[in-house]
Amino acid sequence: MGGLAGLWGSRRFRGLVYQALVIGGVIAVGGWLVRNTLTNLELRGIATGFGFLGREAGFDISESLIPYTPADTYARALLVGLLNTLLISALGIVFATLIGTAVGVMRLSGNWLMARLCGVYVEAVRNVPLLLQLFVWYGLVTTLPGARQALNPLPGVFLSNRGLVIPGLDWSGGGWPVLDLPRLAGFNFTGGLTLSPEFAALLAGLTVYTAAFIAEIVRAGILSVPKGQVEAARALGLSKGQTLRLVVLPQALRVIVPPLTSQYLNVTKNSPLAIAIGYPDLVAVSNTAINQTGQAVESVALVMGVFLCISLGLSALMNWYNKRVALVSK
Amino acid sequence: MSTPIIEIKDVNKWYGEFHVLKDVCLEVAKGEKVVVCGPSGSGKSTMIRCINRLEEHQSGRIAVDGIELGDDVKAVEAVRRRVGMVFQSFNLFPHLTVLENLTLAPVKVAGVAPREAESTAMALLERVRIPEQAGKFPGQLSGGQQQRVAIARALCLKPAVMLFDEPTSALDPEMVGEVLDVMSGLAAEGMTMICVTHEMGFARAVADTMVFMDEGRIVEVAPPAQFFQSPANERTRRFLGKIIGH
Amino acid sequence: MNRPGRWIKANLFGSPVNTVLTVLALALLWQTVPPFLDWALFSASWGGGSPESCRQAGGACWTLLAERHRLMLFGLYPYDQHWRPLLAMALFVALLAASSHRRCWRPWLALAWGALIVVASLLMWGGVAGLVPVETAQWGGLPLTLVIAVLAIVVAFPFSILLALGRRSELPVIKAVSVGYIELVRGLPLVSLLFMASVMFPLFLPEGVTIEKALRALVGMTLFTAAYLAEAVRGGLQAIPKGQFEAADALGLSYWQTMRLIILPQALRLVIPPIVGQFITCFKDTSLVTIVGLYDLLAATKAALNDPAWRPFFVEGYLAAALVYFCFCFFMSRYSQWLEREVAKGTR
Ligand SMILES: Nc1ncnc2c1ncn2[C@@H]1O[C@H](COP(=O)(O)OP(=O)(O)OP(=O)(O)O)[C@@H](O)[C@H]1O
Ligand SMILES: [Mg+2]
Repeated sequence: MGGLAGLWGSRRFRGLVYQALVIGGVIAVGGWLVRNTLTNLELRGIATGFGFLGREAGFDISESLIPYTPADTYARALLVGLLNTLLISALGIVFATLIGTAVGVMRLSGNWLMARLCGVYVEAVRNVPLLLQLFVWYGLVTTLPGARQALNPLPGVFLSNRGLVIPGLDWSGGGWPVLDLPRLAGFNFTGGLTLSPEFAALLAGLTVYTAAFIAEIVRAGILSVPKGQVEAARALGLSKGQTLRLVVLPQALRVIVPPLTSQYLNVTKNSPLAIAIGYPDLVAVSNTAINQTGQAVESVALVMGVFLCISLGLSALMNWYNKRVALVSK
Repeated sequence: MSTPIIEIKDVNKWYGEFHVLKDVCLEVAKGEKVVVCGPSGSGKSTMIRCINRLEEHQSGRIAVDGIELGDDVKAVEAVRRRVGMVFQSFNLFPHLTVLENLTLAPVKVAGVAPREAESTAMALLERVRIPEQAGKFPGQLSGGQQQRVAIARALCLKPAVMLFDEPTSALDPEMVGEVLDVMSGLAAEGMTMICVTHEMGFARAVADTMVFMDEGRIVEVAPPAQFFQSPANERTRRFLGKIIGH
Repeated sequence: MNRPGRWIKANLFGSPVNTVLTVLALALLWQTVPPFLDWALFSASWGGGSPESCRQAGGACWTLLAERHRLMLFGLYPYDQHWRPLLAMALFVALLAASSHRRCWRPWLALAWGALIVVASLLMWGGVAGLVPVETAQWGGLPLTLVIAVLAIVVAFPFSILLALGRRSELPVIKAVSVGYIELVRGLPLVSLLFMASVMFPLFLPEGVTIEKALRALVGMTLFTAAYLAEAVRGGLQAIPKGQFEAADALGLSYWQTMRLIILPQALRLVIPPIVGQFITCFKDTSLVTIVGLYDLLAATKAALNDPAWRPFFVEGYLAAALVYFCFCFFMSRYSQWLEREVAKGTR
């Protein structure tokens, strides 16, 4: 037996060789990509590095939570995009959870008609791409009547092609906030909070789509609680509602939380579809930046980094919560 | 006594900090039947699983048929060809029929022609007395039948040694007999066997050598007559008192 | 009380809450169903030939579909060559139907799928047997959606199995690379991955080499799908009892034999539902290629609605496209439920 053949017989040695091959492959491919990229960037005369972040952006952003003008830097423009992403994700998560839970519970309610209706909703929404639904929502919002004929479903709430206007809180007086009701002034509204048509469509789309998935998760969670638990609770004299609230839901939560986490992450990861209807989220802003500076690598890396942070943060939070739920119920 | 077919010398094994096998020494001659017993957690399974390297030992020497087990892949392959193993939980492949369970290793590992493997398998099924179940899936058989299939599967590679790790302790009492019968038959044909079992009737009838383990050590090695009548070690006596007393 | 009466009492008016829910549901139906029927059927325009006829009818404009369905279904593919993608799709659907029969689960089925991919590509591409060549830039509509979805799944599936095995490997480097890849990709939005594919792939390649837009999107979809599929497969691997590995080891099977013959057949069976779920997601996600400028079904539908005269009837157009997506997805999920039962029958 030759030395090499003998070595090859060793399991450890084989393991080392396989691992070395994988590392080598990764480095080779990575290096090849980096080299090509550098050559290409040079050929096209594109600058590298994050220096562009400090330069003037020069484009406007239609909605922003913080003061922003085209004279601000790229960094600030991206921050505006990030805040918009966070806002839409947070609201989407809250509304989708509320609606999804309600629908999931109703699918299990003894009411045949309501259970069927909710089932139709879930199946219809889950099997159609979100982007298509967003196009429809956006189409619907933009074909609403103008401000003067705005729909007024609830007092203080106006729905028109200018978006959704809702009552806001006015903190400017100092101390207690005052309710700030929107009023029609000329062709637009003053006062209250205005959600742009893009924002409203995106929020509606994300909420309705995600709620269908959450409903299924809630349903599966509740079904996972053994029947004996319900019977025992009823035998103790708890009402149906009390049984659900005190016995079933706490146990179901353990099953619900992990998939719910991934739905929450999905809301965040779906929010860049905003770009298709013109809501300036992080990806949309960074795309504009790419078009203007050509610095695709840096911008894409930045966006990816941000999303990875959001993902990691959210899953860390959920893991922590999950542990608590699991401990308490033991 | 000729050269031993299994040689275990000063074997030590740790699971992390936990010392499972402590200086274990055992020699098994060709055709010898060894029954291993001892309290739960004493390292019986670990020891016989080291013999076909389902577990790695950290020091000492284990050799089967003169092939020493170590890091060498070829040696491990060669030993596994010579050693058949039967598990407590059968571990049949649920997605394959009984016949496919039996022919898998001969065809894929030993390169036997499928036809030939099938006829060998059928002969073995005759021997464990369930030829009519050949086309069924393991899930459709009783526990005793499954364990007999598992024995036949282990025999398919024509092993020189058979290892049994508590083959009857997952079975309903009425099925224990049929599996022990098959094992006795095998012993009568001269197979070298190491059995971990607490079936003392079987041990008395079949064993050439009894081995008692406690806390990772082999405490006593003796022929069955001496082992059951006048065990040398206090711990053996207490253990036997407990399991035979019931 | 008679039986229907009892059923109605129990299921609709059993308690005050139940009664309220029933009343709400009935009110909702009353509010939506009659107007919808009126819109969709009674006042709809079924083929007047122009947007004008729709405007007069006041209801749904099915005329839109009659006039523009070829654009929606086939995108920019040359008009007189539409029979080619149509034939390719027919073959695809036929093979899909064949695959759902247990009798057809033979080795030839895999070959048939391979052959389908070749034949369908040749049909679409042309350049052989007297067919006019059609560049992929002109492909569009439902065929493009199907091509991207099917190829992404077919390529991602084996890749995902390798990733899942890598993630369970004892070799730390292989494990780390697999985990890193899976978690990185799963942390990213598909949109940004597709953007990366479309703006960065050209930078990655050596000077002078270009790859087509469709291929870039396909690579992006594949990389994305593989990471999610790998997690589904891993779930199955984890569920296989240790005894199966040990028995295979004791019989002397090698690592790859153990995986191929013992572990994967069992693991994949266990995870049919999540895998099909991932297929469905992948199919829906192909719609995102719209954003990077490909003409898939959704983008082609959008293009068909670009004409200002037709634009008011966008709901009808999107409804039709939604129906197509729905049919495929719904079929797949029902198929997976059936498959799960069927596979369980064999072994237990
Ligand atoms: N993979 C492992 N990691 C850590 N400890 C282990 C592992 N496998 C076994 N042990 C420990 O090693 C000791 C010996 O285990 P082993 O299975 O060999 O006992 P045994 O004698 O076969 O017992 P039993 O009669 O219950 O089967 C036990 O204390 C067990 O907890
Ligand atoms: Mg044991």
